[in-house]
Amino acid sequence: MSFISLLWVLLLGSLLGLELIGKVPPTLHTPLMSGANAISGITMLAALTLIVKAEGNVPLLIIGSVSLGFALFNVVGGFFVTDRMLSMFSRKPSNKK
Amino acid sequence: MNLPVIIKFIIDLLAVLLLALGIKGLSKVKSARDANRLAAFAMSLSVIGLLSYYLGTSGIAIQSWIWIIIGSIIGSLFGAILAKKVPMTSMPETVALFNGCGGMSSLLVALGVAIFPISSSSENLDFFKSLINQVSISVSIFVGAITFTGSIVAMAKLQGWLSTPGWTQSKVRHFVNIVFAVASLIAFFDLINGNTSSIWLLVIVSSLLGIGVTLPIGGADMPVVISLLNSYSGIAAAAAGFVVDSQLLIVAGAMVGAAGLILTQVMCKGMNRSLVSVLFGGSLSAQSTASSGSGEYTNITSCSVEECALTLEAANKVIIVPGYGLAVAQAQHTLREVTKKLEQNGIEVVYAIHPVAGRMPGHMNVLLAEADVPYEQLKEMDVVNPDFPATDVVLVLGANDVVNPQAKNDSSSPLYGMPVLDVQEARTVFVIKRGMSAGYSGIKNDLFDLPNTSMVFGDAKKVLNDLIGELKDLGVGEK
Repeated sequence: MSFISLLWVLLLGSLLGLELIGKVPPTLHTPLMSGANAISGITMLAALTLIVKAEGNVPLLIIGSVSLGFALFNVVGGFFVTDRMLSMFSRKPSNKK
Repeated sequence: MNLPVIIKFIIDLLAVLLLALGIKGLSKVKSARDANRLAAFAMSLSVIGLLSYYLGTSGIAIQSWIWIIIGSIIGSLFGAILAKKVPMTSMPETVALFNGCGGMSSLLVALGVAIFPISSSSENLDFFKSLINQVSISVSIFVGAITFTGSIVAMAKLQGWLSTPGWTQSKVRHFVNIVFAVASLIAFFDLINGNTSSIWLLVIVSSLLGIGVTLPIGGADMPVVISLLNSYSGIAAAAAGFVVDSQLLIVAGAMVGAAGLILTQVMCKGMNRSLVSVLFGGSLSAQSTASSGSGEYTNITSCSVEECALTLEAANKVIIVPGYGLAVAQAQHTLREVTKKLEQNGIEVVYAIHPVAGRMPGHMNVLLAEADVPYEQLKEMDVVNPDFPATDVVLVLGANDVVNPQAKNDSSSPLYGMPVLDVQEARTVFVIKRGMSAGYSGIKNDLFDLPNTSMVFGDAKKVLNDLIGELKDLGVGEK
Protein backbone atom coordinates (compact mmCIF):
# COMPACT_ATOMS: atom_id res chain seq x y z
CA MET A 1 0.00 0.00 0.00
CA SER A 2 1.60 3.26 -1.01
CA PHE A 3 1.97 6.08 1.46
CA ILE A 4 -0.18 8.41 -0.61
CA SER A 5 -3.14 6.05 -0.64
CA LEU A 6 -2.74 5.57 3.12
CA LEU A 7 -3.01 9.34 3.46
CA TRP A 8 -6.23 9.23 1.46
CA VAL A 9 -7.51 6.57 3.81
CA LEU A 10 -6.63 8.83 6.74
CA LEU A 11 -8.40 11.81 5.20
CA LEU A 12 -11.56 9.93 4.29
CA GLY A 13 -11.67 8.22 7.67
CA SER A 14 -11.48 11.61 9.42
CA LEU A 15 -14.25 13.05 7.26
CA LEU A 16 -16.40 10.01 7.97
CA GLY A 17 -15.85 10.52 11.70
CA LEU A 18 -16.83 14.18 11.49
CA GLU A 19 -20.01 13.32 9.62
CA LEU A 20 -21.08 10.42 11.83
CA ILE A 21 -21.23 12.49 15.02
CA GLY A 22 -23.24 15.38 13.63
CA LYS A 23 -26.27 15.30 15.89
CA VAL A 24 -26.12 13.47 19.19
CA PRO A 25 -28.56 14.10 22.05
CA PRO A 26 -26.63 15.11 25.22
CA THR A 27 -28.05 11.99 26.87
CA LEU A 28 -25.75 9.88 24.79
CA HIS A 29 -22.53 11.87 25.12
CA THR A 30 -21.12 9.73 27.88
CA PRO A 31 -21.98 6.36 26.28
CA LEU A 32 -20.76 7.61 22.91
CA MET A 33 -17.46 8.75 24.38
CA SER A 34 -17.07 5.40 26.07
CA GLY A 35 -18.00 3.47 22.91
CA ALA A 36 -15.67 5.50 20.71
CA ASN A 37 -12.99 4.94 23.31
CA ALA A 38 -13.48 1.18 23.02
CA ILE A 39 -13.08 1.42 19.25
CA SER A 40 -9.79 3.29 19.67
CA GLY A 41 -8.51 0.05 21.19
CA ILE A 42 -8.28 -1.18 17.60
CA THR A 43 -4.51 -0.86 18.12
CA MET A 44 -4.86 -4.46 19.24
CA LEU A 45 -4.50 -5.30 15.54
CA ALA A 46 -1.12 -3.58 15.50
CA ALA A 47 -0.10 -5.49 18.63
CA LEU A 48 -1.19 -8.77 16.99
CA THR A 49 0.80 -7.97 13.86
CA LEU A 50 3.84 -7.30 16.02
CA ILE A 51 3.55 -10.65 17.79
CA VAL A 52 2.99 -12.61 14.57
CA LYS A 53 5.96 -10.98 12.86
CA ALA A 54 8.27 -11.24 15.88
CA GLU A 55 9.75 -14.53 14.59
CA GLY A 56 10.89 -15.82 17.94
CA ASN A 57 12.31 -12.53 19.17
CA VAL A 58 11.33 -12.88 22.83
CA PRO A 59 11.59 -9.23 23.96
CA LEU A 60 9.47 -8.22 20.98
CA LEU A 61 6.97 -10.97 21.80
CA ILE A 62 6.70 -9.65 25.33
CA ILE A 63 6.25 -6.04 24.20
CA GLY A 64 3.58 -7.16 21.74
CA SER A 65 1.81 -9.21 24.36
CA VAL A 66 1.77 -6.39 26.92
CA SER A 67 0.54 -4.03 24.22
CA LEU A 68 -2.18 -6.49 23.27
CA GLY A 69 -3.18 -6.76 26.92
CA PHE A 70 -3.51 -2.98 27.28
CA ALA A 71 -5.50 -2.73 24.04
CA LEU A 72 -7.89 -5.52 24.99
CA PHE A 73 -8.34 -4.01 28.44
CA ASN A 74 -9.47 -0.90 26.60
CA VAL A 75 -11.69 -2.74 24.11
CA VAL A 76 -13.38 -5.30 26.36
CA GLY A 77 -13.78 -2.93 29.30
CA GLY A 78 -14.99 -0.14 27.05
CA PHE A 79 -17.68 -2.16 25.31
CA PHE A 80 -18.91 -3.77 28.53
CA VAL A 81 -19.15 -0.49 30.38
CA THR A 82 -20.96 1.15 27.45
CA ASP A 83 -23.40 -1.74 27.34
CA ARG A 84 -23.99 -1.37 31.07
CA MET A 85 -24.81 2.31 30.68
CA LEU A 86 -27.08 1.76 27.70
CA SER A 87 -28.90 -1.15 29.32
CA MET A 88 -30.16 1.35 31.88
CA PHE A 89 -31.82 3.43 29.20
CA SER A 90 -33.49 0.61 27.35
CA ARG A 91 -34.87 -1.11 30.41
CA LYS A 92 -36.82 1.97 31.50
CA PRO A 93 -40.15 1.83 29.64
CA SER A 94 -40.81 -1.83 30.39
CA ASN A 95 -40.08 -1.28 34.06
CA LYS A 96 -42.57 1.52 34.35
CA LYS A 97 -45.56 -0.51 33.30
CA MET B 1 -3.88 -11.25 -5.36
CA ASN B 2 -4.24 -14.59 -3.69
CA LEU B 3 -7.13 -15.86 -1.62
CA PRO B 4 -6.03 -14.82 1.92
CA VAL B 5 -5.46 -11.26 0.70
CA ILE B 6 -8.92 -11.10 -0.86
CA ILE B 7 -10.59 -12.56 2.21
CA LYS B 8 -8.81 -10.09 4.49
CA PHE B 9 -9.76 -7.25 2.17
CA ILE B 10 -13.44 -8.20 2.31
CA ILE B 11 -13.41 -8.65 6.09
CA ASP B 12 -11.66 -5.31 6.61
CA LEU B 13 -14.17 -3.56 4.40
CA LEU B 14 -17.05 -5.15 6.28
CA ALA B 15 -15.47 -4.24 9.64
CA VAL B 16 -15.08 -0.57 8.65
CA LEU B 17 -18.68 -0.47 7.47
CA LEU B 18 -19.96 -2.01 10.71
CA LEU B 19 -17.81 0.29 12.86
CA ALA B 20 -19.18 3.33 11.05
CA LEU B 21 -22.74 2.05 11.46
CA GLY B 22 -21.95 1.40 15.12
CA ILE B 23 -20.80 4.95 15.79
CA LYS B 24 -23.79 6.24 13.85
CA GLY B 25 -26.20 4.08 15.84
CA LEU B 26 -24.67 5.16 19.12
CA SER B 27 -26.03 8.63 18.49
CA LYS B 28 -29.67 7.52 18.78
CA VAL B 29 -31.22 6.34 22.01
CA LYS B 30 -33.22 3.55 20.40
CA SER B 31 -30.40 1.95 18.48
CA ALA B 32 -27.54 2.74 20.84
CA ARG B 33 -27.30 -0.58 22.60
CA ASP B 34 -27.43 -2.65 19.42
CA ALA B 35 -24.95 -0.28 17.81
CA ASN B 36 -22.50 -0.83 20.63
CA ARG B 37 -22.77 -4.59 20.13
CA LEU B 38 -22.39 -4.14 16.40
CA ALA B 39 -19.15 -2.23 16.95
CA ALA B 40 -17.91 -4.93 19.33
CA PHE B 41 -18.76 -7.55 16.69
CA ALA B 42 -16.90 -5.55 14.03
CA MET B 43 -13.84 -5.46 16.27
CA SER B 44 -13.83 -9.23 16.75
CA LEU B 45 -14.36 -9.64 13.03
CA SER B 46 -11.29 -7.54 12.33
CA VAL B 47 -9.21 -9.76 14.62
CA ILE B 48 -10.44 -12.88 12.84
CA GLY B 49 -9.61 -11.23 9.51
CA LEU B 50 -6.08 -10.45 10.58
CA LEU B 51 -5.38 -13.86 12.09
CA SER B 52 -6.82 -15.74 9.12
CA TYR B 53 -4.69 -13.66 6.79
CA TYR B 54 -1.49 -14.61 8.59
CA LEU B 55 -2.60 -18.24 8.88
CA GLY B 56 -3.16 -18.30 5.14
CA THR B 57 0.13 -16.63 4.20
CA SER B 58 3.13 -16.84 6.52
CA GLY B 59 1.53 -18.94 9.25
CA ILE B 60 1.61 -18.15 12.96
CA ALA B 61 4.27 -19.76 15.15
CA ILE B 62 3.19 -21.62 18.27
CA GLN B 63 5.30 -19.24 20.33
CA SER B 64 3.32 -16.33 18.92
CA TRP B 65 0.05 -18.04 19.76
CA ILE B 66 1.17 -18.44 23.37
CA TRP B 67 1.94 -14.74 23.76
CA ILE B 68 -1.25 -13.77 21.97
CA ILE B 69 -3.32 -15.88 24.34
CA ILE B 70 -1.52 -14.63 27.46
CA GLY B 71 -1.98 -10.98 26.51
CA SER B 72 -5.59 -11.43 25.44
CA ILE B 73 -6.72 -13.30 28.52
CA ILE B 74 -5.09 -10.95 31.03
CA GLY B 75 -6.24 -7.76 29.28
CA SER B 76 -9.80 -8.93 28.62
CA LEU B 77 -10.22 -10.33 32.11
CA PHE B 78 -9.16 -7.14 33.88
CA GLY B 79 -11.23 -5.04 31.49
CA ALA B 80 -14.36 -7.12 31.98
CA ILE B 81 -14.01 -7.22 35.77
CA LEU B 82 -13.48 -3.48 36.06
CA ALA B 83 -16.40 -2.75 33.71
CA LYS B 84 -18.74 -4.91 35.80
CA LYS B 85 -17.62 -3.68 39.21
CA VAL B 86 -17.19 0.04 38.79
CA PRO B 87 -20.02 2.22 40.19
CA MET B 88 -21.86 4.42 37.67
CA THR B 89 -20.77 7.59 39.45
CA SER B 90 -17.11 6.90 38.67
CA MET B 91 -17.73 6.66 34.93
CA PRO B 92 -15.48 9.62 33.98
CA GLU B 93 -12.37 8.20 35.61
CA THR B 94 -13.10 4.73 34.24
CA VAL B 95 -13.27 6.03 30.68
CA ALA B 96 -10.03 7.92 31.36
CA LEU B 97 -8.31 4.75 32.53
CA PHE B 98 -9.46 2.69 29.52
CA ASN B 99 -8.43 5.49 27.23
CA GLY B 100 -4.97 5.74 28.76
CA CYS B 101 -4.41 2.03 28.20
CA GLY B 102 -5.34 2.38 24.53
CA GLY B 103 -2.67 5.08 24.25
CA MET B 104 -0.17 2.85 26.03
CA SER B 105 -0.85 0.10 23.53
CA SER B 106 -0.04 2.34 20.55
CA LEU B 107 3.07 3.56 22.33
CA LEU B 108 4.32 0.01 22.91
CA VAL B 109 3.70 -1.08 19.32
CA ALA B 110 5.72 1.84 17.98
CA LEU B 111 8.44 1.23 20.55
CA GLY B 112 8.62 -2.44 19.61
CA VAL B 113 8.92 -1.68 15.91
CA ALA B 114 11.53 1.01 16.58
CA ILE B 115 13.79 -1.17 18.71
CA PHE B 116 13.37 -4.37 16.66
CA PRO B 117 12.61 -3.43 13.05
CA ILE B 118 10.19 -5.98 11.56
CA SER B 119 12.23 -8.12 9.20
CA SER B 120 9.96 -7.94 6.16
CA SER B 121 9.95 -4.15 6.04
CA SER B 122 13.75 -3.91 5.97
CA GLU B 123 13.92 -5.48 2.51
CA ASN B 124 12.75 -2.50 0.52
CA LEU B 125 14.30 0.19 2.61
CA ASP B 126 14.41 3.11 0.26
CA PHE B 127 14.90 6.53 1.82
CA PHE B 128 11.31 7.75 1.46
CA LYS B 129 9.83 4.64 2.95
CA SER B 130 12.11 4.63 5.96
CA LEU B 131 11.42 8.31 6.54
CA ILE B 132 7.68 7.68 6.63
CA ASN B 133 8.30 4.78 8.94
CA GLN B 134 10.31 6.92 11.36
CA VAL B 135 7.76 9.74 11.30
CA SER B 136 4.84 7.45 12.00
CA ILE B 137 6.72 5.71 14.79
CA SER B 138 7.57 9.07 16.38
CA VAL B 139 4.00 10.35 16.09
CA SER B 140 2.64 7.15 17.54
CA ILE B 141 5.02 7.33 20.51
CA PHE B 142 4.42 11.04 21.07
CA VAL B 143 0.62 10.91 20.96
CA GLY B 144 0.46 7.55 22.71
CA ALA B 145 2.59 8.76 25.63
CA ILE B 146 0.60 11.97 26.04
CA THR B 147 -2.65 10.01 25.95
CA PHE B 148 -1.40 7.58 28.55
CA THR B 149 0.06 9.95 31.14
CA GLY B 150 -2.64 12.58 30.53
CA SER B 151 -5.42 10.03 31.06
CA ILE B 152 -3.81 8.61 34.18
CA VAL B 153 -3.42 12.10 35.67
CA ALA B 154 -7.04 12.89 34.74
CA MET B 155 -8.18 9.69 36.42
CA ALA B 156 -6.12 10.35 39.55
CA LYS B 157 -7.49 13.88 39.83
CA LEU B 158 -11.09 12.73 39.40
CA GLN B 159 -10.56 10.03 42.01
CA GLY B 160 -9.15 12.64 44.37
CA TRP B 161 -5.75 10.92 44.52
CA LEU B 162 -4.05 13.98 43.10
CA SER B 163 -4.75 17.61 43.91
CA THR B 164 -3.73 20.60 41.83
CA PRO B 165 -0.27 21.72 42.96
CA GLY B 166 0.07 25.48 43.49
CA TRP B 167 2.86 26.05 41.00
CA THR B 168 0.73 24.66 38.18
CA GLN B 169 -1.57 27.67 38.52
CA SER B 170 1.25 30.16 37.99
CA LYS B 171 2.85 31.09 34.69
CA VAL B 172 5.72 28.69 35.43
CA ARG B 173 3.75 25.78 33.97
CA HIS B 174 3.66 27.35 30.51
CA PHE B 175 7.44 27.61 30.60
CA VAL B 176 7.82 24.02 31.82
CA ASN B 177 5.45 22.68 29.17
CA ILE B 178 7.15 24.63 26.40
CA VAL B 179 10.47 23.12 27.49
CA PHE B 180 8.93 19.63 27.29
CA ALA B 181 7.40 20.38 23.90
CA VAL B 182 10.66 21.70 22.47
CA ALA B 183 12.56 18.74 23.89
CA SER B 184 10.16 16.30 22.26
CA LEU B 185 10.52 18.15 18.97
CA ILE B 186 14.31 17.84 19.20
CA ALA B 187 14.02 14.13 20.02
CA PHE B 188 11.59 13.77 17.11
CA PHE B 189 14.01 15.20 14.54
CA ASP B 190 16.94 13.36 16.05
CA LEU B 191 15.01 10.14 15.68
CA ILE B 192 14.14 10.85 12.04
CA ASN B 193 17.83 11.54 11.43
CA GLY B 194 18.44 7.94 12.38
CA ASN B 195 19.59 8.35 15.97
CA THR B 196 17.60 5.48 17.48
CA SER B 197 18.67 6.12 21.06
CA SER B 198 16.75 9.41 21.22
CA ILE B 199 13.58 7.33 21.20
CA TRP B 200 13.84 7.10 24.98
CA LEU B 201 14.13 10.85 25.25
CA LEU B 202 10.96 11.12 23.17
CA VAL B 203 9.13 8.65 25.41
CA ILE B 204 10.16 10.49 28.58
CA VAL B 205 9.53 14.07 27.51
CA SER B 206 6.20 13.36 25.82
CA SER B 207 5.08 11.49 28.96
CA LEU B 208 6.08 14.50 31.05
CA LEU B 209 4.27 16.79 28.61
CA GLY B 210 1.09 14.76 29.08
CA ILE B 211 1.37 15.20 32.84
CA GLY B 212 2.30 18.87 32.64
CA VAL B 213 -0.63 19.74 30.41
CA THR B 214 -3.28 17.82 32.36
CA LEU B 215 -2.19 18.60 35.93
CA PRO B 216 -3.26 22.29 36.02
CA ILE B 217 -6.76 21.60 34.72
CA GLY B 218 -9.55 21.83 37.26
CA GLY B 219 -11.84 18.92 38.13
CA ALA B 220 -14.94 20.24 36.39
CA ASP B 221 -13.10 20.76 33.10
CA MET B 222 -11.74 17.22 33.25
CA PRO B 223 -14.50 15.65 31.09
CA VAL B 224 -13.49 17.93 28.23
CA VAL B 225 -9.90 16.81 28.65
CA ILE B 226 -10.88 13.15 28.73
CA SER B 227 -12.88 13.61 25.56
CA LEU B 228 -9.90 15.31 23.94
CA LEU B 229 -7.56 12.54 25.10
CA ASN B 230 -10.06 10.06 23.66
CA SER B 231 -9.63 11.82 20.36
CA TYR B 232 -5.84 11.59 20.79
CA SER B 233 -5.97 7.86 21.37
CA GLY B 234 -7.73 7.59 18.01
CA ILE B 235 -4.91 9.58 16.41
CA ALA B 236 -2.38 7.34 18.15
CA ALA B 237 -4.17 4.30 16.72
CA ALA B 238 -4.10 5.82 13.23
CA ALA B 239 -0.37 6.53 13.61
CA ALA B 240 0.17 2.92 14.69
CA GLY B 241 -1.74 1.98 11.53
CA PHE B 242 0.92 3.75 9.47
CA VAL B 243 3.62 1.91 11.44
CA VAL B 244 2.25 -1.55 10.68
CA ASP B 245 0.71 -0.63 7.29
CA SER B 246 -2.91 -1.31 8.21
CA GLN B 247 -5.67 0.64 6.48
CA LEU B 248 -8.29 -0.65 8.88
CA LEU B 249 -6.36 0.80 11.81
CA ILE B 250 -6.00 4.13 10.04
CA VAL B 251 -9.70 4.39 9.19
CA ALA B 252 -10.90 3.37 12.64
CA GLY B 253 -8.33 5.58 14.38
CA ALA B 254 -9.21 8.57 12.21
CA MET B 255 -12.93 8.04 12.80
CA VAL B 256 -12.48 7.99 16.58
CA GLY B 257 -10.10 10.94 16.42
CA ALA B 258 -12.55 13.07 14.46
CA ALA B 259 -15.58 11.97 16.46
CA GLY B 260 -13.77 12.70 19.74
CA LEU B 261 -12.93 16.17 18.51
CA ILE B 262 -16.58 16.93 17.69
CA LEU B 263 -17.70 15.62 21.06
CA THR B 264 -15.09 17.78 22.79
CA GLN B 265 -16.41 20.80 20.92
CA VAL B 266 -19.99 20.02 21.97
CA MET B 267 -18.96 19.72 25.61
CA CYS B 268 -17.08 23.02 25.54
CA LYS B 269 -20.11 24.75 24.06
CA GLY B 270 -22.37 23.46 26.83
CA MET B 271 -20.00 24.80 29.48
CA ASN B 272 -19.44 28.10 27.71
CA ARG B 273 -15.70 27.43 27.63
CA SER B 274 -13.40 27.49 24.68
CA LEU B 275 -11.05 24.58 24.20
CA VAL B 276 -8.09 26.97 24.39
CA SER B 277 -9.13 28.30 27.79
CA VAL B 278 -9.69 24.79 29.12
CA LEU B 279 -6.23 23.71 28.02
CA PHE B 280 -4.21 26.80 28.84
CA GLY B 281 -6.37 28.77 31.27
CA GLY B 282 -5.77 26.62 34.34
CA SER B 283 -8.65 26.09 36.70
CA LEU B 284 -11.35 28.70 36.24
CA SER B 285 -11.90 29.49 39.91
CA ALA B 286 -8.30 30.63 40.28
CA GLN B 287 -8.60 33.34 37.67
CA SER B 288 -12.11 34.64 38.26
CA THR B 289 -12.04 35.27 42.00
CA ALA B 290 -10.82 38.77 41.33
CA SER B 291 -13.27 39.46 38.54
CA SER B 292 -16.43 41.53 38.78
CA GLY B 293 -18.78 38.57 39.07
CA SER B 294 -18.03 38.00 42.73
CA GLY B 295 -19.70 39.88 45.53
CA GLU B 296 -21.59 39.44 48.75
CA TYR B 297 -25.00 37.90 49.05
CA THR B 298 -27.51 40.32 50.57
CA ASN B 299 -30.81 38.57 50.64
CA ILE B 300 -30.43 34.91 51.45
CA THR B 301 -33.50 33.07 52.70
CA SER B 302 -32.76 29.84 54.44
CA CYS B 303 -35.46 27.36 55.28
CA SER B 304 -35.92 24.02 56.97
CA VAL B 305 -36.62 20.70 55.35
CA GLU B 306 -40.07 20.77 56.92
CA GLU B 307 -41.06 23.98 55.11
CA CYS B 308 -39.73 22.52 51.91
CA ALA B 309 -41.88 19.41 52.37
CA LEU B 310 -44.99 21.51 53.09
CA THR B 311 -44.49 23.51 49.91
CA LEU B 312 -43.90 20.37 47.88
CA GLU B 313 -47.06 18.79 49.20
CA ALA B 314 -49.16 21.71 47.99
CA ALA B 315 -47.59 21.81 44.53
CA ASN B 316 -49.09 20.63 41.27
CA LYS B 317 -45.98 20.66 39.19
CA VAL B 318 -42.41 20.11 40.38
CA ILE B 319 -39.23 20.33 38.35
CA ILE B 320 -36.05 18.76 39.67
CA VAL B 321 -32.70 20.22 38.58
CA PRO B 322 -29.99 17.69 39.40
CA GLY B 323 -26.33 18.65 39.16
CA TYR B 324 -22.74 17.71 39.92
CA GLY B 325 -23.34 17.79 43.68
CA LEU B 326 -26.04 15.14 43.39
CA ALA B 327 -23.67 12.88 41.49
CA VAL B 328 -20.92 13.37 44.06
CA ALA B 329 -23.28 12.69 46.97
CA GLN B 330 -24.55 9.60 45.07
CA ALA B 331 -28.05 10.66 46.05
CA GLN B 332 -29.85 9.69 42.84
CA HIS B 333 -31.63 6.74 44.45
CA THR B 334 -32.80 8.80 47.41
CA LEU B 335 -34.03 11.45 45.01
CA ARG B 336 -36.02 8.83 43.17
CA GLU B 337 -37.77 7.84 46.40
CA VAL B 338 -38.78 11.45 47.00
CA THR B 339 -40.19 11.86 43.51
CA LYS B 340 -42.03 8.55 43.77
CA LYS B 341 -43.86 9.84 46.82
CA LEU B 342 -44.75 13.07 45.05
CA GLU B 343 -45.99 11.20 41.99
CA GLN B 344 -48.19 8.97 44.10
CA ASN B 345 -49.80 12.16 45.38
CA GLY B 346 -50.67 13.17 41.84
CA ILE B 347 -47.93 15.78 41.54
CA GLU B 348 -46.35 16.09 38.12
CA VAL B 349 -42.59 15.60 38.36
CA VAL B 350 -40.11 16.38 35.61
CA TYR B 351 -36.31 16.38 35.62
CA ALA B 352 -34.60 19.28 33.87
CA ILE B 353 -31.28 18.10 32.50
CA HIS B 354 -28.72 20.72 31.57
CA PRO B 355 -26.42 19.51 28.76
CA VAL B 356 -23.44 19.37 31.12
CA ALA B 357 -25.22 18.25 34.30
CA GLY B 358 -23.35 15.66 36.32
CA ARG B 359 -19.68 14.97 35.93
CA MET B 360 -19.79 14.56 32.14
CA PRO B 361 -22.34 15.50 29.51
CA GLY B 362 -25.03 12.86 29.59
CA HIS B 363 -23.72 11.46 32.86
CA MET B 364 -26.79 12.64 34.76
CA ASN B 365 -29.08 10.74 32.41
CA VAL B 366 -27.13 7.57 33.09
CA LEU B 367 -27.29 8.11 36.87
CA LEU B 368 -31.03 8.83 36.87
CA ALA B 369 -31.67 5.89 34.57
CA GLU B 370 -29.79 3.73 37.05
CA ALA B 371 -32.15 4.96 39.78
CA ASP B 372 -35.15 3.84 37.66
CA VAL B 373 -36.34 7.26 36.63
CA PRO B 374 -38.58 6.82 33.56
CA TYR B 375 -36.87 8.12 30.46
CA GLU B 376 -39.88 10.28 29.51
CA GLN B 377 -39.45 12.37 32.67
CA LEU B 378 -35.99 13.55 31.67
CA LYS B 379 -36.41 16.81 29.78
CA GLU B 380 -33.64 18.59 27.96
CA MET B 381 -33.02 22.25 28.61
CA ASP B 382 -34.67 23.69 25.49
CA VAL B 383 -37.77 21.59 26.06
CA VAL B 384 -38.17 22.39 29.74
CA ASN B 385 -37.29 26.10 29.82
CA PRO B 386 -40.76 27.34 28.64
CA ASP B 387 -42.35 25.24 31.42
CA PHE B 388 -40.78 27.08 34.37
CA PRO B 389 -43.36 29.93 34.63
CA ALA B 390 -46.11 27.34 35.06
CA THR B 391 -44.17 25.42 37.71
CA ASP B 392 -44.91 25.59 41.42
CA VAL B 393 -41.68 24.27 42.90
CA VAL B 394 -38.19 23.81 41.54
CA LEU B 395 -35.74 21.69 43.49
CA VAL B 396 -32.13 22.50 42.63
CA LEU B 397 -29.90 19.68 43.83
CA GLY B 398 -26.17 20.30 43.72
CA ALA B 399 -26.38 22.41 40.60
CA ASN B 400 -25.10 25.96 40.60
CA ASP B 401 -23.70 27.63 37.52
CA VAL B 402 -26.28 26.04 35.23
CA VAL B 403 -29.08 27.89 37.06
CA ASN B 404 -27.32 31.26 37.38
CA PRO B 405 -29.47 34.02 35.85
CA GLN B 406 -26.32 36.12 35.39
CA ALA B 407 -25.63 34.15 32.26
CA LYS B 408 -28.69 35.83 30.71
CA ASN B 409 -28.82 39.24 32.44
CA ASP B 410 -25.30 40.40 33.17
CA SER B 411 -23.09 40.90 30.14
CA SER B 412 -20.07 41.59 32.36
CA SER B 413 -20.31 38.14 33.95
CA PRO B 414 -17.84 35.48 32.84
CA LEU B 415 -20.81 33.17 32.55
CA TYR B 416 -22.62 35.47 30.12
CA GLY B 417 -23.89 33.59 27.10
CA MET B 418 -23.85 30.15 28.68
CA PRO B 419 -27.17 28.37 28.20
CA VAL B 420 -28.90 28.09 31.57
CA LEU B 421 -32.14 26.76 33.04
CA ASP B 422 -34.59 29.59 33.81
CA VAL B 423 -35.52 28.26 37.25
CA GLN B 424 -36.10 31.74 38.71
CA GLU B 425 -39.34 31.96 36.73
CA ALA B 426 -40.97 29.28 38.83
CA ARG B 427 -43.11 30.25 41.82
CA THR B 428 -40.75 28.83 44.45
CA VAL B 429 -37.18 27.62 44.13
CA PHE B 430 -35.47 25.46 46.73
CA VAL B 431 -31.72 25.17 46.44
CA ILE B 432 -30.29 22.23 48.34
CA LYS B 433 -26.64 22.95 48.92
CA ARG B 434 -23.94 22.21 51.42
CA GLY B 435 -22.96 25.83 52.01
CA MET B 436 -22.66 29.18 50.30
CA SER B 437 -19.59 28.19 48.32
CA ALA B 438 -19.59 29.08 44.64
CA GLY B 439 -19.88 26.68 41.75
CA TYR B 440 -16.79 25.67 39.85
CA SER B 441 -16.81 28.96 38.00
CA GLY B 442 -16.29 30.69 41.37
CA ILE B 443 -18.99 33.19 40.53
CA LYS B 444 -21.74 34.45 42.79
CA ASN B 445 -25.12 33.02 41.89
CA ASP B 446 -27.78 35.77 41.67
CA LEU B 447 -30.48 33.15 41.96
CA PHE B 448 -29.76 32.70 45.67
CA ASP B 449 -30.58 36.37 46.34
CA LEU B 450 -33.99 36.31 44.66
CA PRO B 451 -37.07 36.57 46.92
CA ASN B 452 -38.62 33.37 45.60
CA THR B 453 -35.48 31.32 46.33
CA SER B 454 -34.96 29.50 49.61
CA MET B 455 -31.79 27.69 50.58
CA VAL B 456 -31.89 24.33 52.29
CA PHE B 457 -28.42 23.74 53.67
CA GLY B 458 -27.03 20.25 54.00
CA ASP B 459 -25.61 17.29 52.14
CA ALA B 460 -27.93 16.39 49.26
CA LYS B 461 -28.38 12.80 50.39
CA LYS B 462 -29.11 13.73 54.00
CA VAL B 463 -31.57 16.47 53.06
CA LEU B 464 -33.40 14.13 50.71
CA ASN B 465 -33.58 11.47 53.42
CA ASP B 466 -35.02 14.02 55.85
CA LEU B 467 -37.43 15.11 53.14
CA ILE B 468 -38.70 11.54 52.76
CA GLY B 469 -39.34 11.48 56.51
CA GLU B 470 -41.19 14.80 56.45
CA LEU B 471 -43.29 13.77 53.48
CA LYS B 472 -44.17 10.57 55.27
CA ASP B 473 -45.32 12.57 58.31
CA LEU B 474 -47.50 14.66 56.03
CA GLY B 475 -49.02 11.52 54.63
CA VAL B 476 -47.78 12.17 51.12
CA GLY B 477 -47.71 9.18 48.84
CA GLU B 478 -49.34 6.75 51.22
CA LYS B 479 -52.48 5.27 49.85
